[in-house]
Amino acid sequence: MFSGFMANTWAVATIVAVVAGVVGFFIVLRGAAFVADAVPQGAFAGAAGASLLGINTLVGLAVASLAGALSIGWLGRRGRQDVATALTLVVMLGLGALFLSFSVEYAPEIESLLFGEVLGVSATEITPIAVGGALCVTATLVLFRPLLLASVMPELAEVRGVSSRRMETYFLVIVALATSMTLPVVGALLIFSLMIGPPAAARSFTDKPMQAMALSVALAVGTVWAAIAASYDTNWPVGFFVGTIGAGCYGAGRGWAAWRAARDPRPGAGRGTGEHGAGEHGAGEHGAGEHGWAAASVRL
Amino acid sequence: MGHFFSVVVEPGFFQSEPVRLALVAGGVVAVVCGIVGSFAVIRGQSYAGHALADVSVTGGSASFLIGISPLWGFVGVGVVAAGIMDLIGIRRPRGRDLATGIVRGAGLGLAALFLYWDTTHSNTTGATITILFGSIFTISSSILPVVALLSALGVGIVAAIYRPLLLSSVSTELAAARGIPVRLVGLLCLIAISVAVSLSAMTIGAILSTALLIGPAATGMRLTSKPGLAMVWAALIGLAATWLGILLAWDSFYWPPARHGWPVSFFVVALVFIFYVLARQPAAWKARRAAARSGAARRAGVLAPVAPGTQQG
Repeated sequence: MFSGFMANTWAVATIVAVVAGVVGFFIVLRGAAFVADAVPQGAFAGAAGASLLGINTLVGLAVASLAGALSIGWLGRRGRQDVATALTLVVMLGLGALFLSFSVEYAPEIESLLFGEVLGVSATEITPIAVGGALCVTATLVLFRPLLLASVMPELAEVRGVSSRRMETYFLVIVALATSMTLPVVGALLIFSLMIGPPAAARSFTDKPMQAMALSVALAVGTVWAAIAASYDTNWPVGFFVGTIGAGCYGAGRGWAAWRAARDPRPGAGRGTGEHGAGEHGAGEHGAGEHGWAAASVRL
Repeated sequence: MGHFFSVVVEPGFFQSEPVRLALVAGGVVAVVCGIVGSFAVIRGQSYAGHALADVSVTGGSASFLIGISPLWGFVGVGVVAAGIMDLIGIRRPRGRDLATGIVRGAGLGLAALFLYWDTTHSNTTGATITILFGSIFTISSSILPVVALLSALGVGIVAAIYRPLLLSSVSTELAAARGIPVRLVGLLCLIAISVAVSLSAMTIGAILSTALLIGPAATGMRLTSKPGLAMVWAALIGLAATWLGILLAWDSFYWPPARHGWPVSFFVVALVFIFYVLARQPAAWKARRAAARSGAARRAGVLAPVAPGTQQG
């Protein structure tokens, strides 16, 4: 289990988990679940296109996830963010479907892109993943304070000269980069479970940002290790274990928060699970048409 | 005219039985998605719609395992997932997205397992592609009554709770004050969305079905601010995208590079996106004109003191 080709698997999986834990912390903090979900799925089109053109999958992934993240940011400023995200996502998936229909790829390879394949990692793939992962983590740590401020209190950040729009772009780029690193291992459909389950749980256990981030990394690494070990034993897809363990982490976090709230009913105690966090981004962002909708429905 | 027609429509289009079934089923599904999707957009539940679509993959893969029509799997698992989301859902949008994502992740994990069993035990290798990317030309006529029934169910739910749903979508507090059971209305809406997404998963594939749910509805909302009219637009746009998509897929049979036809789902998604982008132009022009007008007004009234509380947000 720890010998030969499996050594590569453990190394890559650990890098992936650390990146997911660090980046996921900000995804949960910003409530950017949908974006974090859409970018990897859109990146799948890049992988399909790369395999069609015969270039490196990692390059295809990086290009597609960057394009997806930036167009979500661009379209989202001109309309509703969730609609922009959904449409970008389906367009990229549609392209993915088109590329797949052109290529002569066998179904198992497509499945491994979507649902993950950890057992086929070769030694040459470790270096780019390690470099990309290091880049991701460094960028997040360098931007830690302004990103934290812009995520939690966008108004205060603006006053201090931190542009929340620029922070959002940086954040999207980091998510895109993290996606390209993680996708080949966990699969397009399940990166998200890794990026959101452990950090959401970590936030219910502690309120201090640095501790929460460290805990999130620890939980993500634990999740991936357990998933690989289980997958190795049962031969079942690793995505299944990542998905269920990720959900289990979240459930444990919710349970802990509820228990703490029951024990200590002061307001503000046991707030957990990422539902708090000041600055409801969504509230003021309705399209112009919605005022008409509100008026119309009140008249009814 | 006849010649032009045969250039646009490759011969044999209307004679083909699979095409006719695809046109009927795809059309019905597009209309249902347009109507139900409008509520998904007003309520800001695009993500829930997308997650329900993803989760329906679980049902699709399970149905291959036990040998029933994927549609039953899509609907069954979709409705259960809608219930779970409501159960662990949190009222504030952020928490809701997280809860939605967790359900989606767990569901897709199961889907991975079921697909693995599909390929190893029951040896249905095409299952993944069929479920994920749809198979509109393989719809059998025996499934049409089920499609009709589910469509009636989806539209029936939103029609029955139209007014309370609309009110609780724009203001939860106001709806609650008027004695509307907000949570029940929300759950029913989520169930209607899951039914619509399941239907669309059958035609353009599970991971693309969000396109028919959100795209036409968002386009309709751009064209008008009247909810009822926006739904009509959404249904028409969805219908146009689906039928044109089917036609283009039929025409593309001899197109390069593969010469076996481009996928229908690609055309449908691309058309939905094009309609959305085109529809945003008038709105953008209107906004620019309005901005220019208010800018001029502000410049004109720059010397007049603005009383507190009357400033424009």
